[in-house]
Amino acid sequence: MEEKDKILDDLTGSEYKYGFVTDIDTEVIPKGLNEEIVRLISQKKGEPAWMTEFRLKAYRHWQTMKMPRWAHLDIPEIDFQAISYYAAPRPKPKYESLDEVDPELLSTFEKLGVPIEERMMLAGVAVDAVMDSVSVKTTFKQTLAEKGIIFCSMSEALRDYPDLVRKYLGSVVPYTDNFFAALNAAVFSDGSFCYIPKGVRCPMELSTYFRINAAGTGQFERTLIVADEGAYVSYMEGCTAPMRDENQLHAAVVEIVVLKDAEVKYSTVQNWYPGDKQGRGGVYNFVTKRGMCRENARLSWTQVETGSAITWKYPSCILAGDNSVGEFYSVAVTNNYQQADTGTRMIHLGRGTRSRIVSKGISAGQSQNSYRGLVRVSRKAEGARNYSQCDSLLIGDRCGAHTFPYIEVDNPSAIVEHEATTSKIGEDQLFYCNQRGLSTEDAVGLIVNGYAKEVLNKLPMEFAVEAQKLLSISLEGSVG
Amino acid sequence: MLEVKNLHATVDGKEILRGINFSVKAGEVHAIMGPNGSGKSTFASVLAGNERFTVTEGEVLYEGHDLLSMSIEDRARAGIFLGFQYPVEIPGVSMANFLKVALQEKRKYQGLEPLSASEFLRMMRDRASVVELDSKLTSRAVNEGFSGGEKKKNEIFQMAMLEPKLAILDETDSGLDIDALRIVGTGVTKLKRPDNATIVITHYQRLLDYIVPDYVHVLYKGRIIYSGDKDLALKLEKEGYDWLINQYE
Repeated sequence: MEEKDKILDDLTGSEYKYGFVTDIDTEVIPKGLNEEIVRLISQKKGEPAWMTEFRLKAYRHWQTMKMPRWAHLDIPEIDFQAISYYAAPRPKPKYESLDEVDPELLSTFEKLGVPIEERMMLAGVAVDAVMDSVSVKTTFKQTLAEKGIIFCSMSEALRDYPDLVRKYLGSVVPYTDNFFAALNAAVFSDGSFCYIPKGVRCPMELSTYFRINAAGTGQFERTLIVADEGAYVSYMEGCTAPMRDENQLHAAVVEIVVLKDAEVKYSTVQNWYPGDKQGRGGVYNFVTKRGMCRENARLSWTQVETGSAITWKYPSCILAGDNSVGEFYSVAVTNNYQQADTGTRMIHLGRGTRSRIVSKGISAGQSQNSYRGLVRVSRKAEGARNYSQCDSLLIGDRCGAHTFPYIEVDNPSAIVEHEATTSKIGEDQLFYCNQRGLSTEDAVGLIVNGYAKEVLNKLPMEFAVEAQKLLSISLEGSVG
Repeated sequence: MLEVKNLHATVDGKEILRGINFSVKAGEVHAIMGPNGSGKSTFASVLAGNERFTVTEGEVLYEGHDLLSMSIEDRARAGIFLGFQYPVEIPGVSMANFLKVALQEKRKYQGLEPLSASEFLRMMRDRASVVELDSKLTSRAVNEGFSGGEKKKNEIFQMAMLEPKLAILDETDSGLDIDALRIVGTGVTKLKRPDNATIVITHYQRLLDYIVPDYVHVLYKGRIIYSGDKDLALKLEKEGYDWLINQYE
């Protein structure tokens, strides 16, 4: 266990001394935020005028807004003028091969079963030096192109498919939505764009794996996914391997448009730097994720949140079309001094709309873990149904678990169910496992994975296996 | 195999075990009986290493090793098995998965290769039959939603899987109907080998019809006050503990 802890420590606290932060040759513009900077960002990215205008409007609106303080989070003051909002990464590989990388880091990747290409990317190895990623990518791109699927960075999309982007950008999350959505709209650096044409079923899971070159845009990422009528796509975001970022503030926006009869599955594993054991450092993660579902459409959010010092995130579904379905499956783990306030909003507008919420919070150490969810059934949502289940698991007696369900029903035919449980990993459970020869670490891993199984089962297979290991690793040292 | 010398243990400052002397050799079956509150379950827990109890005095040697200095899991891996009076539920963790981890950990400790998936599955099917356990139960979560009888059968099933050298069965008969009692009792007997040993903690003689003990001990106020052979259990069944307690006090 001590050795494991050491590896974990190295990964979570002191990897900078191993030069984990690559000497990326960046082009950084001055710190601070004003209209000039916003224009400069847009100009550097060679954006069309309407996009510059979009950013400026967002910026002006942002200035009128205040940082949201309603969450059950203790958020330190953030000096938005002390941040540099544009850094075009021109990554220069730090290492020529994996042999040069810290072996302990590699052993953790091994433990997590991170694919070799991702290991190299994460460790800052020149990918091309070891494998021909370009050709792999090209093969995928060809397969996708044959089906008419567009999957590229947001910058490329603005250049190559400006009309599509213009039609949908901000249509689900307008810049007026909230403080962080406005900030993101003003300064977003890059992100992903995905379009699935009518009736097309995307033949593969779309994931960061395919866009290795788009890594490093995490700070103000903007994702837009459009599933046209009858289309299907499963999209995976993030990575189970520990992701490091110098940027303390993250404010991403994900917008999903699910047109008639279409289906989108969006899976996230979030493992940003959570801070050290004393609660120093760590990423503040303020994310706005929302999908718009038209008639008969289906949107499913699955998230495994283990990282970040502060998580503020409510992937939501607007069930606008009749008979559309929204789902939210979440496992949120907090350990040490992490804080999470996460949940969902299911807005039932159409008739016969259905939603399902399964939230599993796990708190350890001195962390605070809150579920916050809104189920709203509008007057017209005849026959709407919701089922919510919010479970909390406590490890130790210094952490907190909170549940804030909001239910607003304006249609008498709606059926809304809410169930909540709170449990603790008991001494007797641990003793039972120990007595069968399981170490306490293994026992906690097993119990936690059993607890979270319903959600993990919703993840794509390869993601699920990694997520299971990640849960155990995130909680190492939390008992005994 | 096991040698307990002058064992004292407390819980929350209260002394429960007050000088137990006890030894078990390979191939033996020992029954421990005694009135409620005499320390039987505490004794079982202390041998397994439950940290709720503090050993204040004494020594326990298990195969020549200082048992009390071993962690709970190492004791288990070294062959000590505790059949729980109240088996614990672990939601979401399948019996099969739980046992796989347990068995592989044990094999690792003993320097054996891990079993392949097919070997493991075959073994599970085979051992489930020892206690007539519905093999469907192995795909369900550990003890979750099991009936009282199923839970106890499941304890013996785990014993059959883990093949302990020393099994300590803590009131495995409590809450069992007549048929389940027979199945559990004969199951334990089927697992008996010259190189293993069993300690059966029970209130009732009836379990000992199936698991025939070589020795019967009476525990009272934290000490073994009397030992005999299997006939002692019959006598206790008929006459109770008073005659012994009176003698002792």
